[in-house]
Amino acid sequence: MENLNSYLIVSAILFSIGTIGVLTRKNAIVMFMCIELMLNAVNLTFVALSRHLGNMDGQVFVFFIMTVAAAEAAVGLALMIAFFNNKESIDVEDVNLMKW
Amino acid sequence: MLTTLFFAVITFVAIVSAILVITCKNPINSALSLILTFFCLATYYVMLDAPFVATVQVMVYAGAIMVLIVFTIMLLNIRVDATKKHSHKIVLGSIIGFFTLINAVFLLLKSRASLPTGPYNAEMINKIGHTELIGREMFTTFLLPFEITSILLLVAIVGAVIIAKKKL
Repeated sequence: MENLNSYLIVSAILFSIGTIGVLTRKNAIVMFMCIELMLNAVNLTFVALSRHLGNMDGQVFVFFIMTVAAAEAAVGLALMIAFFNNKESIDVEDVNLMKW
Repeated sequence: MLTTLFFAVITFVAIVSAILVITCKNPINSALSLILTFFCLATYYVMLDAPFVATVQVMVYAGAIMVLIVFTIMLLNIRVDATKKHSHKIVLGSIIGFFTLINAVFLLLKSRASLPTGPYNAEMINKIGHTELIGREMFTTFLLPFEITSILLLVAIVGAVIIAKKKL
């Protein structure tokens, strides 16, 4: 087993890459994938700390996070399809119906 | 020594593919890079003595969720937009991401979390089996959250069907 800190640093790097992706990209599906990347970075932290502490709670939490990610994928992609049917685009700049 | 080298290679692949996710113009290429990142994370889970989590990672994330995303990309038939440059947005996003990185590293390495320790170690996991240990925790201590999860999935199924319908 490697050092705990190296896993935590990898997790932090992946989380920041996901943050940069959400803030800079305009394609809604790519932003969605960046959110999945951030969730996975958090999962890595959970598993590393769980292994370090000898406690299984973190790994059970990983399953709940995966469930939330699956629900988010289903609802989010349905929203994108509904939006594409209206606007013929999934650029987040085009989501401006309620913009004043 | 060999483990450290392996860890370095996996880390390199994971970070490069994560950067490819946010830099590729075509969403399909981003999705394929994200699948590669998920496989690297599954490798980390194996190295952390969590083989069941690694299996679920490959099956649920790299399998189910990414198939759904790739399917949506191909269904919507999005054109690659090579038009507008948003340099100020990229600079701002990178600065915020950099501060997030510093913040996360500081929080993770410097904080002294008083988390409960447990009895599990590598020998016990190898002897009893990781799946059984997780199952015991999930169906005893976390039974109520597990049941609530099923309601969440039901709501997600109904919501997805309702939202994607043409006419309400």
